[in-house]
Amino acid sequence: MLFSEFLDFIQADKAGPNGHIQASTAEPTAVIGASLSRVDGPLKTTGSARYASDYNFPGMVYAVPVGATIASGKISNIDTSVAEKMPGVLTILHHSNFDHVYRNASGGRNSEQRPPFEDDTVYYWGQYVALAIAETFAQAQAAAAAVKIAYTPEEFSVATDLSDPMPAIGAPGGPRILSHRGDPEAVFASAPIKIDYTYTTPAETHNPMEMHATVAIFDGKKFTLYESSQGVMNHLNVMSQVLGVPKENVEVISRFIGSGFGGKLFPWPHSALAAVAARRLNRPVKLTLSRKMMFANVGHRPRTQQRMRLGATPDGKLLSLSQDYRNHTSINDDIRENCGEATPFLYSTANLQVSSALVRRNVGTPTPMRGPGAVPGLFALESAMDELAIKLQKDPVQLRLSLDTLTDEEKNKPFSSRHLKECLEVGSKKFGWEKRTPAVGSMRKGDLILGWGVAAASWSAGRGISEASVSLNVDGSARVSSGSQDPGTGTYTVIAQIVSDKTGIPVTRIQSVLGSSSLPPGPTSGGSTATATIIPAVAEAAVNAIKVVLTTAGSAKGSPFLGKQPADLAMSSGRVHLKNQTPDSGVPFQEILKLANLGSANGEGKTGGYGSDTDGKNFSSHSFGAQFVEVEWDPGICHLRVSRVVSVVDAGRIINTKTARNQMAGAVVMGIGMGLLESTTYDPRNGHPINDNFADYIVPTSADHPEIDITFLDIPDPMIGEYGARGIGEIGLAGMAPAITAAVYHATGVRVRDLPVRVEDLITSTVAI
Amino acid sequence: MDTFTFTQPATVDQAVQAAAKSATAQQGAQVRFIAGGTTLVDLMKLNVERPREIVDINILPLDRVELNAEGGLIIGALARNSDVAHHPTVLRDYPVLSQALLSGASPQLRNMATTGGNLLQRTRCVYFRDTAHACNKREPGTGCSAIGGHNRMLAILGTSKDCIATNPSDQNVALTALEATIQIQGPQAKRSVPIHDFYLVPGSTPNRENVLEPGEIITSVTLPSPIAGANFTYLKLRDRAAYEFALASAAIVMKVSGGKIQHIRVALGGVGTKPWRSLEAEKALEGHSPDRATFVRAAEAALRNAKPASENAFKVELSRRCIVRALTMSTKSA
Repeated sequence: MLFSEFLDFIQADKAGPNGHIQASTAEPTAVIGASLSRVDGPLKTTGSARYASDYNFPGMVYAVPVGATIASGKISNIDTSVAEKMPGVLTILHHSNFDHVYRNASGGRNSEQRPPFEDDTVYYWGQYVALAIAETFAQAQAAAAAVKIAYTPEEFSVATDLSDPMPAIGAPGGPRILSHRGDPEAVFASAPIKIDYTYTTPAETHNPMEMHATVAIFDGKKFTLYESSQGVMNHLNVMSQVLGVPKENVEVISRFIGSGFGGKLFPWPHSALAAVAARRLNRPVKLTLSRKMMFANVGHRPRTQQRMRLGATPDGKLLSLSQDYRNHTSINDDIRENCGEATPFLYSTANLQVSSALVRRNVGTPTPMRGPGAVPGLFALESAMDELAIKLQKDPVQLRLSLDTLTDEEKNKPFSSRHLKECLEVGSKKFGWEKRTPAVGSMRKGDLILGWGVAAASWSAGRGISEASVSLNVDGSARVSSGSQDPGTGTYTVIAQIVSDKTGIPVTRIQSVLGSSSLPPGPTSGGSTATATIIPAVAEAAVNAIKVVLTTAGSAKGSPFLGKQPADLAMSSGRVHLKNQTPDSGVPFQEILKLANLGSANGEGKTGGYGSDTDGKNFSSHSFGAQFVEVEWDPGICHLRVSRVVSVVDAGRIINTKTARNQMAGAVVMGIGMGLLESTTYDPRNGHPINDNFADYIVPTSADHPEIDITFLDIPDPMIGEYGARGIGEIGLAGMAPAITAAVYHATGVRVRDLPVRVEDLITSTVAI
Repeated sequence: MDTFTFTQPATVDQAVQAAAKSATAQQGAQVRFIAGGTTLVDLMKLNVERPREIVDINILPLDRVELNAEGGLIIGALARNSDVAHHPTVLRDYPVLSQALLSGASPQLRNMATTGGNLLQRTRCVYFRDTAHACNKREPGTGCSAIGGHNRMLAILGTSKDCIATNPSDQNVALTALEATIQIQGPQAKRSVPIHDFYLVPGSTPNRENVLEPGEIITSVTLPSPIAGANFTYLKLRDRAAYEFALASAAIVMKVSGGKIQHIRVALGGVGTKPWRSLEAEKALEGHSPDRATFVRAAEAALRNAKPASENAFKVELSRRCIVRALTMSTKSA
């Protein structure tokens, strides 16, 4: 799915409500932009936050899936005779005895279109082919291992080379043209300076700390599903269709998520397996994926292969830019990785093409992973820019600055707020870029060679629709709720800050409630859109609740403001007062509620899609960033480490500096993983993602962390909404990998165009101390 | 994981008797001792190890670290890796062992893992660990999936046409350079086996990894008395900075006297099917001056017989550089 399609999906109700209130243009109070610890932090550090698999119920049983051990073919026989007789085993489910489950067509996005056990066909290694259910987890595991499945294997491919024959770009059945202007082919052909390289990025696995899990309860009519979901509302919409029951008969609960990175945006087949098992057995069912299943069954960042052609003049004018890329997808689902997301607008050029093709492989269905499309796309684009700078003998920062543009040349619209130039300039200064000497291996630190690299970053800004509820309570507290969820990044805290800003009630007295589909529908936590989407609804709900307080203040018997119009009154610092006077002249809001015997003053709020309350439709909205990376290289033992990162981010206004910085630092570390370590490897002989564990698929450890310097420009985007916050989930990862490979080249002279950078690549370096 | 019985003998003799019922002490053993459990439990969950009986030896008095009459050091089989790594005598007289232990696993694992258990650590070969694939080590005669498969991490020395699995331990590389002796108690007798003879190369029986017979238990490891004036180095090269197995490592014990290398032991990790002592490298070093040219010759000698697989040719050069650097480091006192 392209990010633009994702935006369409989250903004599906485009004719939906506009914000009822005009976005405030007043400067927010100090709680916006404060460095606040997560409001849910104590629950997490004390172990009392309950994640999906932490839920236990009387009579609960355990389900363990059996994964296929072929990548393509038919199931010829399932022998459950041994497994069924094992201790504690209740049943073994598979395609021949499973309940009917359905595909979903509308109102929600599934990940695998094919529901589990739909037929006897296997499309990828690890696909669920049976489900063992037993009284204990150990019994279910043992039974799953004892199910004997015979297959008729068929031909398959997990080949990493995606150069499969297909019709020409733009021809029927050939690659789709996603963006085109000018005549890039002809201009490139005659360009005096040419860059023409192919860059590849491997399949990557999300690997959040918390495994996917479903605890399903069926009460005879209604399903309650405890999930690890980045979208409880979407999960509800999909599961009601998959299970074939009305929406009111499904509730999805996801109070805490041990991160998702996109892998938990859309439901995966295990959710239906658990739900059906609960209905069949009339008992609560817990199904927790193993780390191994996390590699096969719940999506991945697909492999990409991107040919980049840049035509330039010797003085650095970008004459043409072409990005022709392919990504692998599964046999059944068309997942198009939007590698060209940033390409059409990042740099000024008159001639441009982005084309995209899908190549089918016998792998599980890919799914968005932090910065889907743009992150691997920027690896190719920014690597090519670095190679161009070297060929032109220009400084890579200066080359980017000279090609900066304040007009989106694809859409022919100005940017709502673009500060890539400032990101590069601030980053250069903080990093000390002016001390860089461009020759390979020319910089030293003791016995080590230093390499310095830079890359620009971009990620789309978007906003969907949302609802929210705010109650101002008679005990002086407040409650804010929305059918969204906090994937661990700080949504609980952010919505409390918004209510605090509007009411002056301290964050510590505001209860944030998320993670249930029974709440007013809220946004999916994806695409860095949740903050921008939920804020207007929460702000409006708070303002509407305040209106109730102020109206009551003017009408309640005994009120010091009796007879005043709401327009004459204000609420700040948690107190009601005359608009032209200070809060301490007034009374606490709860005194007003008491006078009228109100338990709470309630307000509802709605966010319309992007541009519904601003002039946003006439602008192009994106976040920007610049990544500066230093590597230390010890050629004698072929040892490389990322030693220093300066990351400058233009993501609009930052609501919570602490949680935002935390996200950025995490993204830097994830970028080191992407640059140097991560790759899901499919065994070409059988299609098995063979490094499906945390010892063989390695991610950075604390010891791999460099010195990280994060700067937010903190410039509000006037078109995204009231506070001008664009959201920050993905931007920090964008640009990290190409900045690393640029630094690696600077240190070693080895250009790595196929991620990750490995010892195998570096050992070819001829740079010596 | 299969069901199993769990016993907790009070004496070493009882433990030995319990394990003597097993038809083998190698892959497929019906009875297994459990100490830290960091390898065994992991493999049981994967159905790679399927013992019928687990004999818990944790309460046996085998956790002491003490000097012997000859001035050597006896390290009890149940001494935890973290305790050994921080033991003052180890730090003073055998620092290479401390360095090796601290370069391996994580603090949590080192707090559990024992000296004896680490000696018996199994390979991380992905095919050995996944019962969906053929593996001669796990199921003799089924074939080797690693040859021609995902073998980047696997061995280049001591391999056979039936197995290229790496011994993943760091500790054992250092113990090899220190010429440790392994004390074993069996149903009939006690015996001492030099570590160099303890491990077996896979040949056509990769399921047999060492000389242990049914019932035999490792009771301790003995280090010879320290070599005065020697320098020690453990250098480990890996893909990430911590909690990661070696791509190549080297343990060096070197004493230079009168400008010549008088005593030298070279052991390699991450490249061998067993902790790899390089007699070839030692021969190229002993009696020569400790200079770069000598070190390069020694490294080349160590890797002359290397046979890389499809994905790990880089290990030959990496191991070469590792040896040269570790030898260079060993010319300087810590």
